[in-house]
Amino acid sequence: MVLFFQLLIDGLASGAIYASLALALVLIFRATRIVNFGQGEMATLSAYCAWQLCEWGLPVALSFLIVGAASFLLGVFVFRAVIKPVSKAPVETIVVITLGLFVFFQSLCLWLWRADQRAFPAMFPSGGWDILGVRVTASALCILLVLLCLAATMGAIFRFTRLGLAMRASAYSSEKSLLVGIRVERMLMLGWGFAATIGFIAAVLVGPRLFLSPTMMLPILLYALASATLGGWDSPLGALVGGLIVGVAESLGATFLPFIGADLRVVIPIAVTLVILLVRPVGLFGSSTVVKV
Amino acid sequence: MNILTVRDLCAGYGATDVLHKVSFTVEQGSIVALLGANGAGKTTILRALSGLLPSRGLVEFGGTDLRQCSPARRVELGLAQIPQGRGTFGDFTVEENLAIGAYTINSKRQIKEDMERWYTAFPRLAERRRQQSGNLSGGEQQMLALARALMSRPKLLMCDEPSLGLAPAITEQIFEIFKSLNHDHGMTLLVVEQNADLTLQFAHTAYVLEAGDITVSGPASDLLRNEAVQQSYLGV
Repeated sequence: MVLFFQLLIDGLASGAIYASLALALVLIFRATRIVNFGQGEMATLSAYCAWQLCEWGLPVALSFLIVGAASFLLGVFVFRAVIKPVSKAPVETIVVITLGLFVFFQSLCLWLWRADQRAFPAMFPSGGWDILGVRVTASALCILLVLLCLAATMGAIFRFTRLGLAMRASAYSSEKSLLVGIRVERMLMLGWGFAATIGFIAAVLVGPRLFLSPTMMLPILLYALASATLGGWDSPLGALVGGLIVGVAESLGATFLPFIGADLRVVIPIAVTLVILLVRPVGLFGSSTVVKV
Repeated sequence: MNILTVRDLCAGYGATDVLHKVSFTVEQGSIVALLGANGAGKTTILRALSGLLPSRGLVEFGGTDLRQCSPARRVELGLAQIPQGRGTFGDFTVEENLAIGAYTINSKRQIKEDMERWYTAFPRLAERRRQQSGNLSGGEQQMLALARALMSRPKLLMCDEPSLGLAPAITEQIFEIFKSLNHDHGMTLLVVEQNADLTLQFAHTAYVLEAGDITVSGPASDLLRNEAVQQSYLGV
């Protein structure tokens, strides 16, 4: 039983990371019907930049703040320069292009910083507490806290601000949004910016657990894709819940299912995806419009 | 004075033009009907006027040449459209729909006032302000669509087939509201309809559109009496 709760806590912490990247994916998908396969690698680039600033002697918090803002601009730039020109292209074209983003940003990181693994600055305090034999680390708690803040902030923006309302409207129908005077393209651009910043947050959360390397976000992206599919591609709430479920499933499955074990744990998100596609293709919180592709 | 002047408007989808040099005017403070059979190009005109479709020809609205204006800019200038299928946001609450309708309005006080005003005019909407608008009945949705469009304080309200999918009694109610908006608030309206008989009773001026061309125009009362028009164009 102690082991179960231990795995649950660990799973939730990893799940929070998947959830944040899934949130970035879902934000973009909702607004533009595009799955940005390059989201994780864009986050890797941001993480490297943050690491570089720290190496140059900037305080950790300051460099994270700078890179958080720069990531926003990166997202805006990618939308303007790469996505907008092909926004009317067939979906296959756009998939290839976002796969291209994936390759491009991974190669860029490899070229700039080589394949050596670097230690990412730790942001959260070390240590933790033993509660009835279950080890709750401070970093796990902080990760969950960050996700909670992120979710609350996004929720508040979408519900209570004019900007959030306009972004939701643009995601719902670009034509209807144009008719109420929303500059839809600007909203999509902002969406890509927010997504890139959220992706960076995911990278910051995962950074201290792994080492910094050009491929560090690849497994996270796989889990995030599974999380978004599980939660429903047009539901931010679904992305959060999906991420946490995938995290827990991974942690429990790797331990309690002997035929999977630690080596095959990456199979779990794929299995989750497969099952949800068979049982409920729109995902737990998705609406049926997503099915009509 | 004309609030809207359209001259030689051509527009269409892809390479083929649906409209062939359409010209008409809308006088300030009037109700203008745009009639015609299915596929005549009525909706295309409204879409072109709102900037949802690329078009050629002159479109002048309140002294501004609209050709240079983005769809959003046109709303800011006071051009509002209620498209077919209502143009409401189904997963928004009633209140959120009104809030987004006032997207171009910067004064918070004005938005609040207008909301209260339309809630008073449409008590059904006030009762359902926290409900998802997708769950409203057809008539309520049309009321919401109307209130949503009015939230932007339009100078010209364009409405595409308001009667579509509504019971006759409710359609008549909608037209009564149009009439009072026009009469009491001086609102200019451009109404696209297939239901010619009813529309002509409310409109001042009417244009009949046939295969992308305006073939008949004149005071609505004349068209209503003109038997040839009734038979050949309006299918009565």
